[in-house]
Amino acid sequence: MAAAWWRARLVEREALSAAGRRLVFAVREWPGHLAGQHLDVRLTAGDGYRAVRSYSLSAPAHGDRVEIAVRPTPGGEVSPYLGDELPLDAAVEVRGPLGGWFVWRPEQAGPVLLAAGGSGIAPLMAMVRARRAADSTAPFRLVYSVRSPEELWYGDELAEAAGGAGGGRAGRAGADVATRLVYTRRAGPRAARSPGRIGAGDLLDPAVEPSAHPTCYVCGPTAFVEHTADLLVAAGHAPEDVRTERFG
Amino acid sequence: MESLSPGFRGRRRGVADRLPPGQYPTEDFPVLSAGPTPQVATDDWEFTLTSEKGVAHRWGWDAMMALPQEEPVVDIHCVTRWSKFDTRWRGVPMDAFLEGVETEAVHAMFESYGGYSTNVPLADLRNGRAWLVHTFDGYPLAPEHGGPARMLVPRLYFWKSAKWVRGVRLMPDERLGFWEQMGYHHYGDPWREQRVRGD
Repeated sequence: MAAAWWRARLVEREALSAAGRRLVFAVREWPGHLAGQHLDVRLTAGDGYRAVRSYSLSAPAHGDRVEIAVRPTPGGEVSPYLGDELPLDAAVEVRGPLGGWFVWRPEQAGPVLLAAGGSGIAPLMAMVRARRAADSTAPFRLVYSVRSPEELWYGDELAEAAGGAGGGRAGRAGADVATRLVYTRRAGPRAARSPGRIGAGDLLDPAVEPSAHPTCYVCGPTAFVEHTADLLVAAGHAPEDVRTERFG
Repeated sequence: MESLSPGFRGRRRGVADRLPPGQYPTEDFPVLSAGPTPQVATDDWEFTLTSEKGVAHRWGWDAMMALPQEEPVVDIHCVTRWSKFDTRWRGVPMDAFLEGVETEAVHAMFESYGGYSTNVPLADLRNGRAWLVHTFDGYPLAPEHGGPARMLVPRLYFWKSAKWVRGVRLMPDERLGFWEQMGYHHYGDPWREQRVRGD
């Protein structure tokens, strides 16, 4: 783990939803990272004032490129600047990778249950992508809770990872990451359930039942993480199999 | 070299003397932990202090509540960069547990229900610098904040204030706890911004 700050040049910014943004930075010194780790972003004002925030890396390491996902908080100090103001080609500073617990390593062959609340999808997306990049056949299931279809991030890519529309990889045994969407306020037209908070039934899947000892990764706002982790333990998952990461 | 983060202004703080470098003040009490929240009933709760010679001293809930109680009001600083001012707790100073315990240990390891651990130099637990607390802002400490009892070591980053604490092990040498083994700083002084190894 490094304590140095490096210049990070914004090379790509793309909308994930009305407010959500995917940002790609080029960081010459970047040493690589594991799926699930995060980095610190440091902004410096003209008079030397600085602000730092942590963001989960949303993609596996790829040369000098690092990707984060930002959901600007109205009135926030840092996220609106990153989401809409930082010019393309301009630099911020970053350091990392940080965190060594909420990570998935490609050599982990066991089943994995991912549970995301809102922008908590970011580090779990890195895991889905790392699994694909490593051609891993570890059974993965993703339960993704968002308020409404408009707030869904990575919808097409998740459909592809599930072997659905445009996937073309569905024939490969174990290649699929089945995704279950949980809408809390308003469901989409083809939703499998009515809107509401994530429940025990949403987390049930033969591929990741407690007896298989899946590693469970839960990320989202505190209320989502507390509730979901409690559901998993009540369903019989061993507390040591449940890893959590929260924000807010 | 072109400037960094052009156009960023940020928000000025009026609390610079109370805010360690790189922190921002919050009115909330965010929750951070690595796994599910353990549910520990006070009837089953026990706190064990183990000396470096293996001598164990145990307190059940009622015995702990019978020890001298204090009401520290302190600022707390989380390594995820929030700080919270004037938090009000009630609990037992670590001095009360250490009184009469023969030890030449220099370090301590807190151990928690749920498997968490964190290391702290013993000197930072003496002389009114650390408490085992069971009450926050006048109410019993909620499980997600570490209830029924957690440590309070406000001079260090808040991950050192182990939630769901069940014991402390005294050690002649420094060993590393859960986050410290993951690359976080072995000491964690917010005023020297010791967040990760190498800071």
